[in-house]
Amino acid sequence: MLFEDPVFASRMLSLLTLSIHAIFATLGVGLPLMIIIAHWLGIKKNDEHYLLMARRWARGFVVLVAVGVVTGTAIALQLALLWPNFMEMAGHVIALPLFMEVFAFFFEAIFLGIYLYTWNRFDDQRKHLLLLIPVAIGATMSAFFITTVNGFMNAPTGFQIIGGQMTGVSPIEAMFNPATPTKAAHVISTAFMTSAFVLAALAAYRLLKGAQHVYYKKALHLMMVVGLIFAIATAVIGDFAGKYLAKHQPEKLAAAEWHFETMEGAPLVLFGILDDEQNVRFGLEIPYALSILAHNHPQAEVIGLNEFPQEWHPPLFIHYLFDLMVIIGVWLVLFSFVYWWGMRRKWTIVTSRWFRRLIVASGPLAMLAIQAGWWMTEFGRQPWILRGVMTVEEAATQSPYVGHLFFFFLALYLILVIGVVVVLRNINQRFPLEQDLAHEGGERPWITK
Amino acid sequence: MDYEVIGMTVLWTFLFGYVIVASIDFGAGFFNAYSLWTGQHQVLSNVIQRYLSPVWEVTNVFLIFFFVGMIGFFPSTAYYYGSALLIPLSISIILLAIRGSYYAFETYGSKGHRGYAFLYGATGLVLPASLSVVFTISEGGFIQLTERGPVLDYWTLFTSPLSWSIVVLAVAAVLYISAVFLTWYADRGGHSQATALFRRYALIWALPTIVTAMGIVYELRNHNPDHFASLLNLWWMFAISLLFFVASVWLIWQKKYYGTAFLLLVGQFAFAFYAYGISKYPYLLYPYLTVYDGATNEAMAIALIVAFVAGLCLLVPSLYLLLRFFVLDDQYVAGKK
Ligand code: HDD
Ligand code: HEM
Ligand code: HEM
Repeated sequence: MLFEDPVFASRMLSLLTLSIHAIFATLGVGLPLMIIIAHWLGIKKNDEHYLLMARRWARGFVVLVAVGVVTGTAIALQLALLWPNFMEMAGHVIALPLFMEVFAFFFEAIFLGIYLYTWNRFDDQRKHLLLLIPVAIGATMSAFFITTVNGFMNAPTGFQIIGGQMTGVSPIEAMFNPATPTKAAHVISTAFMTSAFVLAALAAYRLLKGAQHVYYKKALHLMMVVGLIFAIATAVIGDFAGKYLAKHQPEKLAAAEWHFETMEGAPLVLFGILDDEQNVRFGLEIPYALSILAHNHPQAEVIGLNEFPQEWHPPLFIHYLFDLMVIIGVWLVLFSFVYWWGMRRKWTIVTSRWFRRLIVASGPLAMLAIQAGWWMTEFGRQPWILRGVMTVEEAATQSPYVGHLFFFFLALYLILVIGVVVVLRNINQRFPLEQDLAHEGGERPWITK
Repeated sequence: MDYEVIGMTVLWTFLFGYVIVASIDFGAGFFNAYSLWTGQHQVLSNVIQRYLSPVWEVTNVFLIFFFVGMIGFFPSTAYYYGSALLIPLSISIILLAIRGSYYAFETYGSKGHRGYAFLYGATGLVLPASLSVVFTISEGGFIQLTERGPVLDYWTLFTSPLSWSIVVLAVAAVLYISAVFLTWYADRGGHSQATALFRRYALIWALPTIVTAMGIVYELRNHNPDHFASLLNLWWMFAISLLFFVASVWLIWQKKYYGTAFLLLVGQFAFAFYAYGISKYPYLLYPYLTVYDGATNEAMAIALIVAFVAGLCLLVPSLYLLLRFFVLDDQYVAGKK
């Protein structure tokens, strides 16, 4: 398949590159904010542990960002190489946010370079902290801009097609398409949430491995609380995203929910197996929940998939991806809430080993939810690349070599990912906490002032 | 002025920026590897790393800027070049990835891996070669329109003297630009041994650069007579470029004013680069695509130009700050910070 069909090969190569980029991009968006928070707390509380957190996280951040840049460059070029017809058409309407994204990259890259190589060049640490703010803004803006492009693919607006010709283009309208508000907000809040849980997981892992230092407990607590805040935000925004789908892309919501017949008071089905007659078996049914998700009312009518012609049906496996995302989302809210409440109440279970193991799991789980969410929404757009305007088939390159390239890129990303893991472990060994603490200790005039 | 022309001027300027900063980056990587080989690593590596590490991401964004801007202003280029360049540009992506990951992995890598450093150095030569293919192809004669869309004719490409002379020029220019910049950079930091070495490299690569540049003009006469004719109309720009070249080589020879020498070099390449660009006008791809039939609609063009001006207001002060910290700060360059 991969070698015969350039369309399929292009889809798989896009899937591969984007999924890898998503890992690093998510952390690239979220980590600067976490570093800022720690750095700021350190200055405010006059606590060098937090300052050290900022510094130690920044080390890992450099490595992750670099790989984010590499994979981002790959996907940016691949968009034109694999989908030339799409980019030609989309270029007319949605080039503006793509272009603005580049300025966000510039902004981020410049200040990141300065921040990372000037740790010892400021007498006043607060000035150094200031440098991180443009980094965080740049990263968040680049996530925002690129998500508007993806929103446009889902809900194309800002142009008309008259006689095969594109007219009346409005770049601003295209950028602020109906999908943009929920999509951008959801993507950004999940990036913050995921980064927080990943850092919490690392601290919990150290504690499980027998580390005693209060540094790790502070890091763990801080990140769990930040994670809780953004987990709540994510769930709330996710609910709005469902309402967006019900209004603008009902076929995607219906496919994700295995909701075939239009009806009022629709239940939400979790998991299950589908038979040939569109009956769901072994599913977990929550009455009225789909109507609530879609329209905020238990009796509201939700459009079913059978209203749409067969060839417009997205693949039905996105149901599992959707469930996975939502379950992880709900779990993370509840779990981090229990942690926070338990810490306030001094419950011993939240500091027990098994609870810490669950914290370790929450980092990878959040990352998994990101992947599941993107796969759900991207497969759910099929067969369209630009919903209602251009299909994936029409957009793809005809070059017969894409299948071969897939394996080259697979090898490349494997090496990159293995390299990242090795390097991050090395960093940790080369800079043990104890040594950092000893090094950083002593007189620190800038902490007090 | 037409917005097509504004767009092209902006893009050409950023491409020029990329050519200069990327040349420094590519060449430095090569010299770094070469010095490992010749055992002069102690002398060079520190100077090179001081400059490269903080700025490589910014260098990369110049490329993205050109690329994204091109699709924005001239969406049809996505169709023609995107379809035809799948293989060469995919190779470039992989090479860029090797370079990028080198910075990621070596920043905190303990000793530095020799094999990796060589690989990284080699990409510094292969990348300009693979990226320069785009220039060659734009001269026309290498892309055929078939029912599968535009297809690149590899055989013609690999057997064309034009494409090989462009490759040679790209590599020579990378080494020359890089050596001149690093001479200046090392000199500012007071690294006298490194300065002497880079100065030698600069002098070695000066002649090949200018000779191949002239070779290309000659090749063009056979390959694309129209373009050749319009190049000749701009002879005065090339003459100025040549003057700058002679002046900067002379300064380096005399071991003085390395900063001025570098600026003259930028001038030299600017005149040649813009002369080449202007002479090509209005073609984006001979003979299929001109800036006029490839351009975007007016609303988008205006939006892009507004975004560009706003972006510049943000970019220029930030870039200045970056230079202040890592290039214009003598203490940093000298390794005292
Ligand atoms: C940590 C990751 C994560 C978590 C816990 C959640 N999501 Fe999500 N979701 C994403 C990560 C994500 C995402 C990866 O960011 C997506 C994919 C594309 C997008 O716009 O955001 C997404 C898309 C997405 C969409 C489709 C939007 C569209 O196609 O335009 C809906 C309806 C939801 N989400 C709803 C939810 C609900 C109700 C959640 C309950 C808590 C939830 N998400 C948790
Ligand atoms: C970073 C997170 C993302 C992930 C993990 C992701 C995932 C995917 C997946 C799984 C596919 C394959 C769908 C299929 O072939 O059925 C795909 C296709 C695609 N995605 Fe995304 N995507 C992401 C973000 C984006 C964004 C922000 C854009 C827009 C700029 C985008 C543009 C595309 C395009 C053009 C395709 C190919 C056409 C298609 O298959 O529909 N993706 N992506
Ligand atoms: C919604 C999903 C995406 C998010 C959240 C995202 C975010 C980011 C971030 C934060 C970076 C900076 C590097 C880092 O910190 O890791 C980055 C790099 C990059 N991304 Fe993405 N991105 C997404 C999808 C895409 C897509 C679809 C494209 C293709 C158009 C793209 C193109 C790039 C490029 C070119 C870079 C490198 C920029 C540089 O050289 O500095 N990204 N992305």
